[in-house]
Amino acid sequence: MGLFIVRRFVAAVLVMFAISVLVFLIFFATPGVDPAARIAGRSATPQILAQVRHAFGLDRPLPIRYLLMMDHLFIKQDLSSYVNIGDRVVPQILNAAPVTLSLIFGAAVIWLLVGIAGGVVAAANRGKIIDPIITFLGIGAISVPAYWLGEVVLYFTQSKLHSSVFSWAPGSGYVPLTQNPGEWALHLLFPWLTLASLYAGIYARVLRAELVNALNEDYVRTARAKGLSERRILMRHALRCSLITVVTLFGLDVGALVGGAALLTEVVFGLPGVGLLTFNALENLDLPVIMGAVLYGAFFVVLANAVVDIAYAFLDPRVRLV
Amino acid sequence: MSDARVSTPLLEVEDLRVSFNTREGLVQAVDGLSISVGRKEVVGIVGESGSGKSVAMYSLLGLVRDANVSISGHVRYEGREILGLPDDEMRSIRGRDVAMIFQDPMTALTPVYTVGWQIVEQIRAHEDVTKAQAHARAVELLGEVGIPDPARRVHLYPHEFSGGMRQRVVIAMALSCHPKLLIADEPTTALDVTTQAQILELLRRLQATYDSSIVLITHDMGVISEMADRVVVMYAGRPVEVGGRRDVIRTPRHPYTWGLLGAVPRVESKRTRLVTIPGVAVSPLDLPPGCAFAPRCAYRFEMCDQRPALRGDDGHLDACWLDPTRKVEIRRRVTETGVVS
Repeated sequence: MGLFIVRRFVAAVLVMFAISVLVFLIFFATPGVDPAARIAGRSATPQILAQVRHAFGLDRPLPIRYLLMMDHLFIKQDLSSYVNIGDRVVPQILNAAPVTLSLIFGAAVIWLLVGIAGGVVAAANRGKIIDPIITFLGIGAISVPAYWLGEVVLYFTQSKLHSSVFSWAPGSGYVPLTQNPGEWALHLLFPWLTLASLYAGIYARVLRAELVNALNEDYVRTARAKGLSERRILMRHALRCSLITVVTLFGLDVGALVGGAALLTEVVFGLPGVGLLTFNALENLDLPVIMGAVLYGAFFVVLANAVVDIAYAFLDPRVRLV
Repeated sequence: MSDARVSTPLLEVEDLRVSFNTREGLVQAVDGLSISVGRKEVVGIVGESGSGKSVAMYSLLGLVRDANVSISGHVRYEGREILGLPDDEMRSIRGRDVAMIFQDPMTALTPVYTVGWQIVEQIRAHEDVTKAQAHARAVELLGEVGIPDPARRVHLYPHEFSGGMRQRVVIAMALSCHPKLLIADEPTTALDVTTQAQILELLRRLQATYDSSIVLITHDMGVISEMADRVVVMYAGRPVEVGGRRDVIRTPRHPYTWGLLGAVPRVESKRTRLVTIPGVAVSPLDLPPGCAFAPRCAYRFEMCDQRPALRGDDGHLDACWLDPTRKVEIRRRVTETGVVS
């Protein structure tokens, strides 16, 4: 098991390396475009262009350029934006990351609880009225776009009902956890719920389907023949086997969200996370920031995949020896 | 032991009917099955796929979970009616008094738990013992069903066993609460021939050790001839011949049984081709009003448009309109020439 974990992380590091090379090539080796001009931004003066050329070693061979770039990013951490002159890319991302992580952590807790409960209740009550109700709610939650739901939530909590029911609802923005945990949770409550609703819907649907499949498996018939209670069969046998799928899905979703897929929620609620940072950088064609954000996102996706594989090995004894 | 207990059969099934209401219509899966299983008796139920033999056994234990099923008749276990018992009462019978072994050992165990865990789970579902005691019994049981090095293997997962070994695990689990009745649903069908023989041998040995009764569901007359004391031959959900093993195998009376017996390969046989029963099993959706086997039967005549009742003597019954003396004659001709039709 230990060896498996080590091997999996070595593989993850190799994938990260490959991604960094790929990103580097996309930004610096696309034929026909002067990378210096792209990095320097649209309104760059010749002096700045020359400065960029020198800083990135654009007159030197590709491998050297790659190493210089990685040096700027990870060791010196002094890669700067040329759009908002002076802004360092790495600290910007490091400042934005806790916001995104807070948003996703809270939302993940909510959607796992709601999604798993919904899926289990629906599967346990197949053929009763509660099953189609949960299905309907789930499809509703999946179908509503996060930006629309977010705007509606803001409309009710910030203006329409702000003077009555939602007088306690804070305005947009982010309060760091270390500064005031209560305010941190309060400020993130509606973003959490907005983001979680989509995923709770998906997870409830997926888990219900998985459970219904599992309940038709031979091992469930064996469990019934053993004289176990339906509840135990559902929770200890069917759910336990279905969790393998849910964990896979969860790892990939969290990886993608931390990597920037929570953009819409961040933009709507004005949370200064990585998604918002990338969004602004894209608007200004701020290439160093975009590149930094892409690598940051790739890091979390690869990390999530590695963690999923390891969790998989814990959940499913059949893959442990692979 | 009181006389009443001895004379009551362990399991008595009377006129069991199981039907499913499907979109295509009413499917009569079991149509009036009556069997009784005595103590320490091995009853074989034989028939083709779809003859309703498995469904009958599942339904009497409440293992048919289809919302569109309707089950009627009587099932008495030790004289007590158990058909239609609420699920929690049924649960205390399942696994403790009546255990089951299934056809495919590859899928019968939950893949994510060790075999020991699964045996312990069953023991603790029915008996108030500690985990350590249950675990010790699990090791003992695995040894008893012939798994080498059980103290180590008890910690292995199902996928780490071969098919035959997994079936042994399933048998060990079924025996873990010393059931009085074991229902084995095609326990050897998914296994290779040498393993089949070992599993049958194991079942026979365990039956002798534990004094349990066995209902053996199979489509293989060879298995029946090795294991069963009494035989029920089923076709299209109906019993067509019932009797002691010797009677049914030596002097079979129903043309369907002749076909089944003809389909067993024999080493010493001079025949080069196996006898097959022409046609396919009748669809339970459109059963003929008369004898269900009539469309495939070489000896059908006018009477076969009406449904024959099970009748006979000395506990050897069959549901066929043919005249008994005529049947003896046909049967002799068939065994001599090897031609059914």
